[in-house]
Amino acid sequence: MSEVAIRVTVNGEDRTATVEPRFLLVHFLREVLELTGTHIGCDTTSCGACTVVLDGHAVKSCTMFAVQADGHEITTIEGLAREGRLHPLQEAFHVEHGLQCGFCTPGMIMAALPFAEEHADPSDDEIRRAISGNLCRCTGYVNIVSAVRRAARTLHGLDVDPPLADAGSGTGHGPGA
Amino acid sequence: MSVFGSSVLRVEDRRLLLGEGEYVDDVRVPEALHVALVRSTYAHARIRGIDVSAVVGMPGVVAVETAATLGALNGPHPHPTWFPPAKALLDRVKPTLRPEVIRLLADGKVRYVGEPIVAVVATDRYLAEDALGQVVVDYEPLPVVVDPELSLAPGATLLNDDWGDNLAAHFVIRAGDADRAFTTADQVVRRRIAMPRSTPTPIENRGVVALPDRRSGGLTVWSSSQWPHRLRDALEQVLKLTGGRIRVVAPDVGGGFGVKSMVYPEELLAPTLALKYRRPVRWTDSRRENFVSGTHARDQIHDIELALRADGTIMGLRDRFLVDAGASNVECLVCPYNSAAHLPGPYRIPSLEIECFTVLTNKTPNAAARGAGRPEAVFAMEGILDAAADELGLDRVEMRRRNILRAEEMPHDHGILYRDGVPLVLDGGDYLGGLEDALEALGFEALRAEQALLRGQGRYLGIGVAGYIEGTGVGPYESARIRVDPSGQVIVAIGPPSQGQSHETTFAQICADGLGVAMEDVRVVQGDTAVLPWGMGTIASRTAVVVGNAVGIAARGLRDKALRAAADLLEVSPGDLRHENGRITVAGSPEVSMRLGQLATRVGPGGGRLGEIGPGLEEHAGFQPPTVTFANGVHACAVEVDIETGQISIRRYVVSHDCGRLINPRVVEGQILGGLAQGLGAALFEELVYDEMGQLVNGSLADYGMPRATDMPPVVVLHRETPSERNPLGIKGVGEAGGIPVAAAIVSAVGDALRPLGVDISTCPLTPARVLEQIAAARSRTA
Amino acid sequence: MYPAAFEYLAPSTFEEAIELLERHGPGAKLLAGGCSLVPLMKLRLAQPTHIVDLGRVPDAAGIREEDGVLRIGAMTREADLVRSAAVVGRYPILVDTCSVIADPTVRNMGTVGGNLVHGDPANDHPATMMALRASFVALCASGSRIVPAEEFFLGLFETALGPAEILTEIRIPAPVPGSGGAYVKFERQVGDFAIAAAAAWVRLDGDRVADASIVLTNAGPTAIRARAAETVIAGRVPETMTLREAGEAAREGLEPWPDLRGSRDVKRHLAGVAVERALRAAVGRARDDGGDRV
Repeated sequence: MSEVAIRVTVNGEDRTATVEPRFLLVHFLREVLELTGTHIGCDTTSCGACTVVLDGHAVKSCTMFAVQADGHEITTIEGLAREGRLHPLQEAFHVEHGLQCGFCTPGMIMAALPFAEEHADPSDDEIRRAISGNLCRCTGYVNIVSAVRRAARTLHGLDVDPPLADAGSGTGHGPGA
Repeated sequence: MSVFGSSVLRVEDRRLLLGEGEYVDDVRVPEALHVALVRSTYAHARIRGIDVSAVVGMPGVVAVETAATLGALNGPHPHPTWFPPAKALLDRVKPTLRPEVIRLLADGKVRYVGEPIVAVVATDRYLAEDALGQVVVDYEPLPVVVDPELSLAPGATLLNDDWGDNLAAHFVIRAGDADRAFTTADQVVRRRIAMPRSTPTPIENRGVVALPDRRSGGLTVWSSSQWPHRLRDALEQVLKLTGGRIRVVAPDVGGGFGVKSMVYPEELLAPTLALKYRRPVRWTDSRRENFVSGTHARDQIHDIELALRADGTIMGLRDRFLVDAGASNVECLVCPYNSAAHLPGPYRIPSLEIECFTVLTNKTPNAAARGAGRPEAVFAMEGILDAAADELGLDRVEMRRRNILRAEEMPHDHGILYRDGVPLVLDGGDYLGGLEDALEALGFEALRAEQALLRGQGRYLGIGVAGYIEGTGVGPYESARIRVDPSGQVIVAIGPPSQGQSHETTFAQICADGLGVAMEDVRVVQGDTAVLPWGMGTIASRTAVVVGNAVGIAARGLRDKALRAAADLLEVSPGDLRHENGRITVAGSPEVSMRLGQLATRVGPGGGRLGEIGPGLEEHAGFQPPTVTFANGVHACAVEVDIETGQISIRRYVVSHDCGRLINPRVVEGQILGGLAQGLGAALFEELVYDEMGQLVNGSLADYGMPRATDMPPVVVLHRETPSERNPLGIKGVGEAGGIPVAAAIVSAVGDALRPLGVDISTCPLTPARVLEQIAAARSRTA
Repeated sequence: MYPAAFEYLAPSTFEEAIELLERHGPGAKLLAGGCSLVPLMKLRLAQPTHIVDLGRVPDAAGIREEDGVLRIGAMTREADLVRSAAVVGRYPILVDTCSVIADPTVRNMGTVGGNLVHGDPANDHPATMMALRASFVALCASGSRIVPAEEFFLGLFETALGPAEILTEIRIPAPVPGSGGAYVKFERQVGDFAIAAAAAWVRLDGDRVADASIVLTNAGPTAIRARAAETVIAGRVPETMTLREAGEAAREGLEPWPDLRGSRDVKRHLAGVAVERALRAAVGRARDDGGDRV
């Protein structure tokens, strides 16, 4: 089968390669570009661990062929930090304890990124819907929602509460808690 | 300034957030060969032949392996995860046990859909998968048994011809006089309560990479494992390579929840092939394979009964339960005995008799998953408590109040042994207080009033509670080796790896406090058999207790050592020294001081003063818990059921729990919330469905329902802290607690909501279809 | 997880795509958003010899209004449809429908055309398009034709499209005053197919139903028009008991396939509830004089 030459801009850098058409975009990112931050968690487009941002939109890179990305711009988790400084989303996940094993985290962050850039003050329900294409088994999503809220507000210059210094007693989460 | 008890932000976050974590599929090993597996498509069959002629010579294919080509290496080997419980338990309970074996590839017979038969090894996984389609396996189908009760019946198809039946294990435990309790009771209530099969589904599937070591003739093996030391032991046995030649490393692991605490044929196969070819070999699990060949969970049927006084107090408990172990009872009595031991729970049960049959069927093997038998026990017990309350005309919550143990009854001996062979004595906690806290935070009184009001409007609100105890911190031991290097950095080596439990942070907190250094100077290294050769796994809510205390003991020991060495060097007595933040000073003469790193250099091999401490500033210490220490809690929730659609909306969910002293409250809360989400899955979404031919019908994430962000209810978490008296730090485990009573609490609430319709629910998951069917069935009963 | 090999073709016009389909025969498949095809290929349930990617055909996506008719390019992503100014407010039923297709990330990839052309009764757009009386523009080598949505879905995975014919545009009539539509879907979880779902569109004349279209998702081999339900409410004031009757009527003769989402009885029951609730919402919107947000 004929290989195809592709040129993709990944994290601001032009990358060229020759790939088999059937080569999935997620495998291209991980194995050819050696950007292993994007993960694979399922085979039915269900889990979102492979989410990257393509031309400004979150997409599941396991459900695209690398050849489809030719001529497009992709941002992966590796493209967020600037000279070692965490992006507000990454920082928010850190201070809100929004990750435990970390495996779903890159996909979760990339799914949340366009949303957080677009919404200054999202409600919890809006955040939950925005990340409903991403599965997490560790956190129960509560702190992820807090992290996305914090990041959205930070990105738009709104105030954020100091992170909970101590989870202590009687911590409530969610509407009406 | 102590960091124990603070919600310190996590040390491990940075690399994970940057996408620089190293999970097993990220481990770079040049020129690795890839394994793809032909797995059985029959639940039970003889293998008459395997034809790989079309595969040999396909692009990229390097080898094709079967049981025949592997020979003796293929096994059968004694199964590395099957071991009988403690001797004291064997002596008292005298269970019937049947040892299990493991084969790398199926040999002559397959017993479950998904069992690996043929390994195709190629230069690239795509090419390996191309070849898979060309392998022809000639199966002779055998009758399939998927119902555990049928499997137990005489004449059932045998999974192991030499067994004579399919009973993998059997035991009875007793306390008090159950016969007398049941014959003298005012009321006896019986129910059949079942918890279906599920699977833990960490977001990362399994994987193994094996790299031959040329100098030792051994291997380095990376595996996404919760228990690398056990895999090391298994590989030593299979490959006959001991003396440290086999190194197993758990890299970053993307969730485990039990499915990665197993030892799998694939984890033995890849290293075996790596040695055979003298080339690196790797296998990456896919989600579909994880569903059919990763161990499953739960799958128990309880016929449970309570002997009661008219006032609702329990005189006796009887339970006869079946565990569907799947095709191989790979963990012996872990879950079955856990279920039995946890059945009495936080309640006063003067007499009990619990009988367990662990049975083989033609399904994927069933082993421990988060909770490991406890959720099933709580589900059965809370279900029968609700039934008892209903039959006695008692409020369900009042039923708990009357039977739950009180603080003044601690310690409380349930009259049975724990799985470690030690008498099961509940070691403290205010169980009733926890119940009352949960009810108050829920707004129980107001909700009961609202429930009555809403019923008048044709709306169905329900309240559910469920209590639990959890034996945590099981031994036999863990150790920690702590070393100060000349830079002043402190390296803490522990055995069990993290899959999200924040070991790099929490154990650094304990070390920092114990040794007297800043957290920033502490680095935790974990899950590597070459770094620390001893270790059990990160399972069973044990590492905070057992590893944590080992770290604490080693840190304090090292601190003492440091002070003795410094005293010697400075020619003072240790009592004259002050140690803070990694600096040792002489009291009253602050200019006379020494940093810990400097001290380490001085007592290092070239430092001039080996003395009695060196070489080097290091301490290796262990902790052996006397037995488990019991965490406890109560969950309470309010739900509303839409009887037209069967949809359940959880209004409010309250967790009241006590896991002793908290190393890091934020981490603890994260564990609770994550466990809660998994419990929610069990309550509402998750069930593995097999058809009568033993085919797994919903083996994908498109069909197996996992909780998503939009499914989580509003949650309140309340902490109580009853320090454990069974370890120096007063810690109890919490890794599993969040999920243990969730299905019970939610099903209880739904049952409470639908009681006016005559619905009697004692199963899960409560999908809309199931709720509608229960409502329809109740209607036709009353019609 | 590892598709079988294929040749990749990326035409720059629909005409070129048609020519490629003709040349390569039944082994050639169109690639739109890929959210139906690529998963099948990863599981090797589909093994096309050639993939014809429509992703490089310019102007294949886009939403515009022409003489009141809403024209949606078949390659329009669901996420773009759901936030389009031409849609929000004027066709809330489309917003309802898009919002329950898969999950938000998949909606950035999946296309409206893709959701229609597989003839999968579990997909959500067919019912809504039928309820809206949409029509589809189909292009083949001999030219283009208009196929009403009513006539497009022929059977299980079977549509009116010929082997080398491409759906290029969806056309939705202008909203008429006094009309409103809604889509109600019962699913076990976000991302799932419907246990039962219904699209309902009504036009009121005064306080009575002058016209109605009710269509069911995933209750048969194609989207199914619930004509009995439409008859029940025709000419009547659509109040609670009437809508309940309509739901009951929708259940008559319905034979949904039992599966893990529900038994036949459960699905039939929920189909009726979906009809009732979709009608209630549609009527509410119609009473707001159609077009306005509820």
